[in-house]
Amino acid sequence: MQIPHPLLGPRDAAEFVYLGDASLLQRPVVEDVATLGDETTIDAYHEYLHLRTNPAGRHRELWFHEQGDRSWLVITRDTLTHEILGAELATDVVARGDTPS
Amino acid sequence: MRYSAWQVLKQGLTGHTGWEAAFPDPEPQRAYDVIIVGGGGHGLATAWYLASVHGITNVAVLEKGWLGGGNIGRNTTIIRSNYLLPDNEPFYELSLSLWEGLEQDINYNAMVSQRGILNLAHSDAQMDAYARRGNAMHLAGAGGVLLDTEGVRRLTPYLNIDDARFPIKGGLWQERAGTVRHDAVAWGFARAASSRGVDVIQNCEVTAIRREGGRVVGVDTDRGRIDANKVAVCVAGNSGRVMAMAGMRLPIESHVLQAFVSEGLKPVIPGVVTYGAGHFYISQSDKGGLVYGGDIDGYNSYAQRGNLPTVEDVAEGGMSLMPMIGRAKMLRSWGGIMDMSMDGSPYIDRTDVPGLYFNGGWCYGGFKATPGSGYCYAHLIATDTPHQTAGGYRLDRFRTGHPIDERGAGAQPNLH
Repeated sequence: MQIPHPLLGPRDAAEFVYLGDASLLQRPVVEDVATLGDETTIDAYHEYLHLRTNPAGRHRELWFHEQGDRSWLVITRDTLTHEILGAELATDVVARGDTPS
Repeated sequence: MRYSAWQVLKQGLTGHTGWEAAFPDPEPQRAYDVIIVGGGGHGLATAWYLASVHGITNVAVLEKGWLGGGNIGRNTTIIRSNYLLPDNEPFYELSLSLWEGLEQDINYNAMVSQRGILNLAHSDAQMDAYARRGNAMHLAGAGGVLLDTEGVRRLTPYLNIDDARFPIKGGLWQERAGTVRHDAVAWGFARAASSRGVDVIQNCEVTAIRREGGRVVGVDTDRGRIDANKVAVCVAGNSGRVMAMAGMRLPIESHVLQAFVSEGLKPVIPGVVTYGAGHFYISQSDKGGLVYGGDIDGYNSYAQRGNLPTVEDVAEGGMSLMPMIGRAKMLRSWGGIMDMSMDGSPYIDRTDVPGLYFNGGWCYGGFKATPGSGYCYAHLIATDTPHQTAGGYRLDRFRTGHPIDERGAGAQPNLH
C-alpha cells in the first residue's frame, strides 16, 4: 500500500503508524471540570474512545508519518479493497471545520 | 450414521458406497425458537450445546456462505489455555477441556492433537511474567511448566537459543495445548447439531434484524423472512456490519491477520512455538507444512488479504528465531478478518435490544475458544444469564470501567 502524501507524494505505508477512525479528531469538549464525573460526560467519552462505526467500504482514518515528516494525515480508504481515495493533512481537515464521522 | 472403526471397515469392504451425507441441506422454516446468525465454528458450537446441554433443538443456523468458508477455515488451528487474567483463564480452560472430550462428544474425528505449546522468554522480566502466568494457569487447573534454557534446548534444539540480541532464557510449556483440524470442527459440529434437529442453512444471508415494540421478532434474509424470539449474532469479522442492522455501534474494529504455510517437510517442530521477542509463532501441520504467522497488518480492513510489509516482518521473526526456516519455501499465505476489540478480549453478552444476543470480538484468538464460546453462548441464550466462566465478557465493560486487558495495551485495537 502506498499513501499519497499531500506534501511528499507517494510514500510506502510502512513509514506510517495507524491510529484509527478519523472521528478521533473530535474529542468531546468539557467546558466545566465540575461536570467531568457526570453520566453524560462519561457516555460521551465512552462513545469517543471505545465505540466504532467500523464500515466495510469508505473509511476516513488517521495515519501518522512517523518515519517521514511526522505529520498526521486523514486518509480516505476503501476497507474492502484497500484503495486510497484521498489524503489530506489533518490540520487542514480541522482548519476548515470538517468533522469526520 | 454413527462413525466408528467398524463403519470404516464395513464401508471399506463394500467400496465406500454406503456413506451418507454428513448433514442435510434443509430449506429455512417460517419460524424457530432461536436463530443463530453465522455458521462459523462458534455459531455451530452454540447450536450443538443449545441442543445437547439445554434441549433447545428448534434452532436455525444461518450462514451467508458455506460451512468452513470463514475464519474457522482460515486460522492457524492452535488450541491452548495459557492466559493470565481471572476473567480469561477459567474460560479458556473450560474451552480446552471441552476440546479434550470433543471427538467423543460429537462423534467426529477433528484430529485434536495435544502436542503442546512453548512460549519463549528472552529476558529475566519475561521469565518472571511467565512464572506469574504459569501460577494463574495452575489456579485454573490448566497445568504448565516453566522451562529454563536447557529445558528449551532439549525440546527444540534448533532454535536460535544463544543469540546475542535475544537469547532464550526459558519458556512456559503447556503440554495440553495443541492443534486441531480446523474445518473438521465446523463439519463435526454441523453434523452433530443437525442430528439433534438443528437446521444448518447455508447460502442464506441475513439482510435485516426485525424488531417490534423494541424487541427482536426475527430476521429478513435473502431467502425470505424467518421469525424467532431470540436472535444470536455470531459473525466475528463482520460484527460491525451485522449489528449496525440493529442500530448498534460496537467496541470493535475489523482488521486483517495473515497466516502462512511452507512446503511440506519431514516432522521437525513438536508442538507450537511462540517467539517472545518478535511476534511470530509456528507449528507443523500433519501434512508437514510449517504453519506460521505474526502480527495483524494494523489498519481497518475487510479485504481478507494483507500487505507485503507484514509478510516481511513475519519472515524476519521466523529467521531470527529459527534460521533454518530460511531453507523452506513459503507455499501460500492468506488473510482473515478479525474482530479486534478494545482490550483484546471477547464479548458474549445480551444487548440493549431484548432477544438479541451478541458474540464476537475474538481478536486473533477465536479458534481455541470455539467449544467454550459455543458452550457459554448457549448458556446465555438458554438462561439469559452469563456462564460463570464468561462473566467478564460484557459489551459495556469499558463504560463501567472493567476492561480485560491481557496485554496491557489500552484501548487501541491494533496493538493487541
